[in-house]
Amino acid sequence: MLRKIKEFIIEKLILLCGLASVIFVALIFIFLLKEGLSVFKFVRPGEFLAGRSWYPISEPAQLGILPLILGSLWVTFGAAVISVPIGVGCAVYIAEIAPGRTKEVLKGGIELLAAIPSVVLGFIGMVTLVPLVKNVFHLSTGLTGLSGSIILAFMAMPTIVSIAEDALYAVPKSYKEGAFALGATHWQTIWRVLLPAASSGIVAAVMLGIGRVIGETMAVMMITGNSAVIPRGLLEPLRTLTATIAAEMGEAVVGSEHYFALFAIGIILFIISFAVNVTADLFLHKNK
Amino acid sequence: MRKILWGMAAIMVIAVPALAAGKKGALQIKGSDTMVNLGQAWAEKYMEKNPADFIAVTGGGSGTGMASLISGTCDIAMSSRNIKQKEIDLAKAQGHDPVEIKVALDGIAVVVHPKNTVEKLTLDQLADIFSGRIASWKQVGGADAKIVILSREVNSGTHVYFKEHVLRKNDPSSKAEFAAGALMLSSSQAIADEVAGNPSSIGYYGMGYISPKQKTVAVAKDGTSEYVEPTIDNVMKGLYPISRPLFFCVESRQDEAVRKFIEFALSPEGQAIVKETDFVPIK
Repeated sequence: MLRKIKEFIIEKLILLCGLASVIFVALIFIFLLKEGLSVFKFVRPGEFLAGRSWYPISEPAQLGILPLILGSLWVTFGAAVISVPIGVGCAVYIAEIAPGRTKEVLKGGIELLAAIPSVVLGFIGMVTLVPLVKNVFHLSTGLTGLSGSIILAFMAMPTIVSIAEDALYAVPKSYKEGAFALGATHWQTIWRVLLPAASSGIVAAVMLGIGRVIGETMAVMMITGNSAVIPRGLLEPLRTLTATIAAEMGEAVVGSEHYFALFAIGIILFIISFAVNVTADLFLHKNK
Repeated sequence: MRKILWGMAAIMVIAVPALAAGKKGALQIKGSDTMVNLGQAWAEKYMEKNPADFIAVTGGGSGTGMASLISGTCDIAMSSRNIKQKEIDLAKAQGHDPVEIKVALDGIAVVVHPKNTVEKLTLDQLADIFSGRIASWKQVGGADAKIVILSREVNSGTHVYFKEHVLRKNDPSSKAEFAAGALMLSSSQAIADEVAGNPSSIGYYGMGYISPKQKTVAVAKDGTSEYVEPTIDNVMKGLYPISRPLFFCVESRQDEAVRKFIEFALSPEGQAIVKETDFVPIK
């Protein structure tokens, strides 16, 4: 009898743990919606999303987040351009080419990369990368979108490599054997057979990497210069959605339009990363 | 399992009264990052003289301090700007009545790279530079290079002060803003570092940050008046045009402990500490 009760309690406890994450997500979203939607009492949705100036503490406040959205997209785009080829290449090398010991060392290295806190990467970027970018491109300042993209590419790499590598392992051995039997070289096999067969997993890896990049805050805040202008390229300072929330939340007067606007930015971020993650999930399940 | 539960229960029994007691005995001071060092220095000296009292000083920005004062989680809010009308309204709505007490002065130094040949600027020129109307150093007598504007983030009292008093020249109807292309840095130290490394940049920070790695610019009220360097003497005499008061914001009906601490800060001894921490005493 006692054992049965114990079983019952433990089962329910585990159920609760399982539900907890879903409940938290729902609560967070409800809270975001409740606080964020209030901003539309002060600005029209069109003005908020397409407005070109972000001067949140002026009277009256100008709450246009287009420069911030574009800033986030540019940095993410730059990071993807850098990290996807390198990450997928790295995964191919680890999964297909590297001999036993090299493979272990590489995998360990990638895991270490994932373990570096983002503020440390930001700090290193500020001291080394920012002056380098300034000198290489002869810019007036190195605090640019490009610096942010490079550091973010480092952060996305571990995610991309480990998931893409899993996808490559999941390709049935018979595919590879078949390709070899037809006389294909190793590279032909990788390029024509393995990569297409693992493509959905690799797309998922890329999407999850991008999800990581969009939500990153600390490093981009330290090295992208944070000016709220509409960026015309990666060699200019720009301001991301995440950095805006982090930099301004401390000052926003609770209940002001600025405060609500920051929550509304949170909703936008939530929607973007939700969409990215769902896309990744769709591709992952297509694989199975 | 059972041991862990008992352990947790024991911790709670011990911790809860301890936390409650901690809240009662400690004076919480919170707010302006500019004033953290000053507040800390006052608190240390005060605790040395009154070992029975405990004072905790934390930063976070002037707005954070005011928000805490309103929500009742701190006793004194340090602020490097006046209380905003919105904050007063919000406080009144929750049954508080905050007042500001001037405790020190701060000069805001405008700094450039040591190699920059520009030595002095008028307030009008500064306003034009920071709002983006003057884009090249050539227009103010320097090299032919684009000016890189460095500003603090909007959560900084220094940012607000600079905007209201330099860009808008104390005119409440003015719509002047920092140039959209201005770089927003999250701390005064970040501005100091960027100015030290970037020959075409211009930035501003509290006088406490002045170091040989950056060059201060002498500032004049207008074209006809004298150019003044940001020094403690010049700020005290009221000659340097970009200086601001630093405040303690407190409930109008103060506790005995709060009143005693403010009295200490305003005493000759307290004001001597102001000078030691590179701010400017009010008397």
